[in-house]
Amino acid sequence: MTTPVLRLDGITKRFGPLVANDSISLELGGGEVLALLGENGAGKTTLMNILFGHYVADAGRIEAFGQHLPEGSPAAAIAAGIGMVHQHFTLADNLTVLDNVMLGTESLWAPRQRRAEARARLTALERDFGLAVDPDATVGSLAVGQQQRVEILKALYRDAKILILDEPTAVLTPQETDRLFDTLRRMVARGLSVIFISHKLNEVMAIADRIAVLRQGAVVAGFDKEATSREELAAAMVGRTLAEPKRTPLDPGRPVLEIQAAGVSGRHGGQRLESVDLTAREHEIVGIAGVSGNGQSALADLIGGLVVPDTGSLRMLGEPVRHAGPAAMVERGVGRVPEDRHATGVVGDMTVRENLILEDYGRRPFSRFGLLGFSAIAAWTDRLIASFDIRCSSSAVPVRSLSGGNMQKLILARVLAREPKLILANQPTRGLDVGAIAYVHEKLFEARARGAGIVLISEDLEELLALSDRIAVIYQGRLSEPEPVENVTLTGLGLSMSGHGAFERGTDQSHAA
Amino acid sequence: MRLEPREGAPVWLGAAAPLAAIVVALALCSVLIVWAGAPVIDAYLSLASGALGSRFALSETLTRATPLIFTGLAAAVAFRAKLWNIGGEGQLYAGAMAVTWLGTGALTLPPVLMIPFLFLVGAIAGGLLLLVPTALKIYLKVDEVVTTLLLNFVVLLFVNFMLFGPWKDPLAMGWPQAAPVIDEGVLPLLVEKTRLHAGFIFALFAALLAWALMRFTRWGYEIRAVGLNPQAAEFAGVPMTATVVRTALISGGLAGAAGVCEVAGLKGYLTLDLSPGFGYTGIAVAMLAGLHPLGVIAAAVFIAGIYNGADSMSRAMDISNYLADVITATALLAVLASALFTRYRLRAG
Repeated sequence: MTTPVLRLDGITKRFGPLVANDSISLELGGGEVLALLGENGAGKTTLMNILFGHYVADAGRIEAFGQHLPEGSPAAAIAAGIGMVHQHFTLADNLTVLDNVMLGTESLWAPRQRRAEARARLTALERDFGLAVDPDATVGSLAVGQQQRVEILKALYRDAKILILDEPTAVLTPQETDRLFDTLRRMVARGLSVIFISHKLNEVMAIADRIAVLRQGAVVAGFDKEATSREELAAAMVGRTLAEPKRTPLDPGRPVLEIQAAGVSGRHGGQRLESVDLTAREHEIVGIAGVSGNGQSALADLIGGLVVPDTGSLRMLGEPVRHAGPAAMVERGVGRVPEDRHATGVVGDMTVRENLILEDYGRRPFSRFGLLGFSAIAAWTDRLIASFDIRCSSSAVPVRSLSGGNMQKLILARVLAREPKLILANQPTRGLDVGAIAYVHEKLFEARARGAGIVLISEDLEELLALSDRIAVIYQGRLSEPEPVENVTLTGLGLSMSGHGAFERGTDQSHAA
Repeated sequence: MRLEPREGAPVWLGAAAPLAAIVVALALCSVLIVWAGAPVIDAYLSLASGALGSRFALSETLTRATPLIFTGLAAAVAFRAKLWNIGGEGQLYAGAMAVTWLGTGALTLPPVLMIPFLFLVGAIAGGLLLLVPTALKIYLKVDEVVTTLLLNFVVLLFVNFMLFGPWKDPLAMGWPQAAPVIDEGVLPLLVEKTRLHAGFIFALFAALLAWALMRFTRWGYEIRAVGLNPQAAEFAGVPMTATVVRTALISGGLAGAAGVCEVAGLKGYLTLDLSPGFGYTGIAVAMLAGLHPLGVIAAAVFIAGIYNGADSMSRAMDISNYLADVITATALLAVLASALFTRYRLRAG
């Protein structure tokens, strides 16, 4: 390895009883890509926030280019040549790209901005690193992938020599990811160093020179890319070998959900849907691919009973559904796993027990004559906690104290205990660790085997390809004709997701060949 | 020094925090007493004896606590559902007007029926009044803080109009007051030669009912779910409109009952100075009680005691009785600050 440009020594950070970082030591060489691989909650983001000065470590020392880096000061980190691209962007949507890049780089007392020089510098950076963005476009009008380029440009403009990218591919299509990797390679070729945070094995294998695996706050293993394999990395990350459940072929039965030419105007600030057709049959998982924000939530709300279609029709088990609210859809046998479990899935300040009956509290024996039946609720929820293995210190603790995986188990328990005929799973594994993801997949397969139809909306293409029987792509409120998964390729999906293929040629579906 | 979130607050902390806050508030206000030139210990002793020191003082404190329990419950129930009802004062007067309308001779029933009837119509009047801003909130997304607050003045001016006009009691020697409630409708006294009336018992009963409602019923469950996370509640299928309307009727009804107590229990007739801001103080009561219906009883008695005690302290020590307002406000701020410490812990470094 070349001389280290960055050295972390014994970094420890505690949040109450939780040890987020346990005496972590790392070195980053000049011109290399170091991947920090770990499940959610392994402490990757905490470590980088310490490095960038957002948090102060309880113990440990950071050196950048041989100099001690003062703690708790993002300004010092920037001055030392460290740039960070956060998972959630920190851009001003109403300003132009140039303004965003310049923001904070000029003296507060300077009488006028040096816009021409800044523009020249920005254009040079764009050219050198293959990061084409129009400097005069407002950031709010850019696609997510372009916004990420602005974030990277911001760091480069500040002369970053070390770039930290926190889960940068979560919002990108496969093609955009390839493009990002191309940029990263150019940066490394010019002697910059990159820390790439991810939990996706194939991306880490594609871009990293070295890989450090974090588990429960500690570095458990370090690998050279050349000398390791996906399997070895997965085992190190999870701490055990995991068998990912496999899809068994099943013959689809009769249609459970039929959506015909459904349109949603999105006039109340929601998303639009244009004449969407979708059928989900028994024993079948229909995957919906798409870049986030292309109508997935409108489709989910439509199936979940939160919006009524302005045009077209919806049929459940052959019967037309009109003016259905969420409760009516649940009554008709729709089980819904919402996209954002914190915001829509649970009431964080209510207990595990209260959350488990959130869709059922009105039924006997959970409430009778307006009174809650506590003994029936306790018996029912204790059974669900046991059979779905929800880890909580007691059923009376507030749900917000649960981990993401356990929260998702709780939602699955609530949904699946009713044996729904149709399951709408919207991003069911987002933010979960490998173990929890396998659990969710297993439960979806179980429901499929039982005879449920499943609509799976996901931004994780590997997940879609692994789970779905048929896959459709949603783009700007339009849904392509679902294709059998055998005919679908990652490249084809990526093209359709960015509006090419099926969406250019009307309803022609030759894109997936 | 840094704040870090706690994993889960221990139970004793939840109860101890308001008490500690009150001690802090009294300590802070002792500065004002010193400033006013009075001995702190003596001043607080005279405050305590004025609040609780004799049978009469205690009865006065409980009399004053009665409407505060009702308006405190009104705020506590509504705030649980994140329905920001600042209109307790107007709803109190709405209840008082209903009593004046039907309880001053328009209808005569035996007391066993008359008193519950007056509470019922008072509660309905208060509930219906809150329904107006609630409907505006649901259908037009009008901020209910503004509408409920402004309705207070509308109602008060309407009372003003009625008392100087149609309802003016000709036997009141020109004072703007309505005719007295008929004998069958007057709440009996609990203790002879005091002003403490049966309304206090009704208030305790209402607190118990509100507690049971929130804890044991389906409606209470819905109210809490809607208040804590409306998005999740709606997604799960909780009937949003019905729940908010129900909450408004219950909250407005409780505030209306406060007006019934004051007219049928304390004054005997409707006047313009029926309430020295009980509707607003009820909000402080609810916050001090952490929105817990049983805590509202303690908080109402505490605040009523502070106001009564401050009167006797001002007589004995020549300190302005506005100190009561300051103590209440400081206690409230201290309680809000203490909420920070029940959710976070302070760490050095």
